[in-house]
Amino acid sequence: MIALADNSAFATGAARPAARITRRRHAAVLPGFGTSLAITSLVVLALIVFPLAVLILRAASLGPAGFLAAAWTPRARAAYAVSLSASLIAAAASSLLGLLVAWVLARVSFPGRRILDALVDVPLALPTAVAGLVYSALYVKKGWLGQWLVPLGIQGAYSYLGIVLVLVFVSLPFAIRVVQPVIESLDRDTEEAARILGASRLQTFLRVVLPAILPAVVTGFAMALARALGEYGSVVFISGNMPFKTEIAPVLIVARLEEFAYAEATTVAVLLLAMSLTLLVVVNTLQQRLVRNAQ
Amino acid sequence: MAHAHFSTNHSKPLATLLVTAAVGVVGLVIVVPLASVFYEAFARGPGAWWAALAHDPDTRHAIWLSLTVAPVAVAINTVFGIAAAWLVARFRFPGRSLLISLFDVPFSVSPVVAGLALVLIFGRQGLLGPTLAWLDWKIIFSWPGLVLATTFVTLPLVVRELIPVMEAIGPEEEMAAVSLGASGWQVFTRVTLPNIRWALLHGIVLANARAMGEFGAVYVVSGHIAGVTDTMPLRVEKLFQEYRQPASMAVASVLAGLALVTLVAKVVIERRLEAEARDLEAARTLGDDQNTRQLEGAAA
Repeated sequence: MIALADNSAFATGAARPAARITRRRHAAVLPGFGTSLAITSLVVLALIVFPLAVLILRAASLGPAGFLAAAWTPRARAAYAVSLSASLIAAAASSLLGLLVAWVLARVSFPGRRILDALVDVPLALPTAVAGLVYSALYVKKGWLGQWLVPLGIQGAYSYLGIVLVLVFVSLPFAIRVVQPVIESLDRDTEEAARILGASRLQTFLRVVLPAILPAVVTGFAMALARALGEYGSVVFISGNMPFKTEIAPVLIVARLEEFAYAEATTVAVLLLAMSLTLLVVVNTLQQRLVRNAQ
Repeated sequence: MAHAHFSTNHSKPLATLLVTAAVGVVGLVIVVPLASVFYEAFARGPGAWWAALAHDPDTRHAIWLSLTVAPVAVAINTVFGIAAAWLVARFRFPGRSLLISLFDVPFSVSPVVAGLALVLIFGRQGLLGPTLAWLDWKIIFSWPGLVLATTFVTLPLVVRELIPVMEAIGPEEEMAAVSLGASGWQVFTRVTLPNIRWALLHGIVLANARAMGEFGAVYVVSGHIAGVTDTMPLRVEKLFQEYRQPASMAVASVLAGLALVTLVAKVVIERRLEAEARDLEAARTLGDDQNTRQLEGAAA
């Protein structure tokens, strides 16, 4: 869509100054600037900026020493470690599996391709509570998958592995949907040229395909990671939520809140927020680079 | 991963291998869990499924509550989405890129963090707690809190669908309408809305699915009181905690059914969107050709 707009007569070299004039002029001609600015700023300020500012100020009011005392307890440190490691593993797994699925969807035609393509979006539409419930039911000893896995010593439910499994479920669409259009837009002639010039399939993939899709894979990874770090609904069903073992940071926030330990809940939330916002900046920067590369 | 085998033209066995692997991944991660929701929900027959949904007053209340919270959140999102997309796609002003990045914030903030922020404002010990107590208004542990939390997590969905479509269509038709004397409302209802209707519907469908299914943010602000502030996803969790797995699966199956309806609607709408994007491109190409011909004519 973005590319489509830029292909329009407006954006081509010589017409650019004209486009700028048109833009400035229609800013004066088109109605609704005031109204749309008022509605947008009201919602953004009241619903996004104000709540997050209150959260940060509340944490800041504890002072550096108070903040550290509340945010850096042994239980909180263990929760950050579980959250970060499980999210990193899940995002990496989603990126690898996602690359495979994206490649097949973009490059191979087979009966049922459209159905597979639609199924990829299921985790975006399925409530996370349903995912958590059903994953825990599948991987317990009596479950469809657990009856084979538990005798082998693989505990998918109420374990660290369970956290990784549901995080792969919730983050997989992000890893696929960012990479798929980039593979679709790859210029196949370059690959063919590499093959004709004697490159092996592995060389062609590593030297021609991989550099072209790597920014997209990294963007997908960062989005998957952001999604996984904040996830609560599905994890709470399957992890067992054992402090120091399978308790993730969002679960700890809720636990502290239910004990009315506002200071601890708030500081852990601010650290989690800082991680999310950093990832958001990373994703935005990478995406701008992707759009620039595509042009 | 068989990197060595990726190439432009896959041999037949390689293509089969890749497709099998991809189907295996999607099957194991997505299809098996989805199928097992319905299997478990109907394992004791449709009668038991219906009884679990209809004969439990708390579950009935949860379904009703979800059906009242989601539409309000989606309505706020629709108004906000149209206004914000119009602002960002049609005007250039200082702070515009910052505003666009702010739209994405709810996607990357953990829903639990969002819920906590609302509690810190509206809760009994929150910033506005004393004022609300004096007014005798209840937001946290009550319906308005559920709506606020749900609106927060769904906020980017409509606006993100509309911005690229509005930018692709461009302001020419709207400017023409204004120059012909149309009022702002007429421009919106007769020009803009017909142009963006499929993108808007797409955003609404996605926002509704997310609103119906939101768990983390709603969990924090609701106080999860059965029969009062439990929405359907919270009811799923409550029943699960009470070791009432069949009832929990029955409620989950309703949500999963809703997700499937959403996906079908999404596919249908996406086809319309693709068709309209093609039409737009065709019209552009035609327009360019005519311009070129006119220019050539003028040059001659």
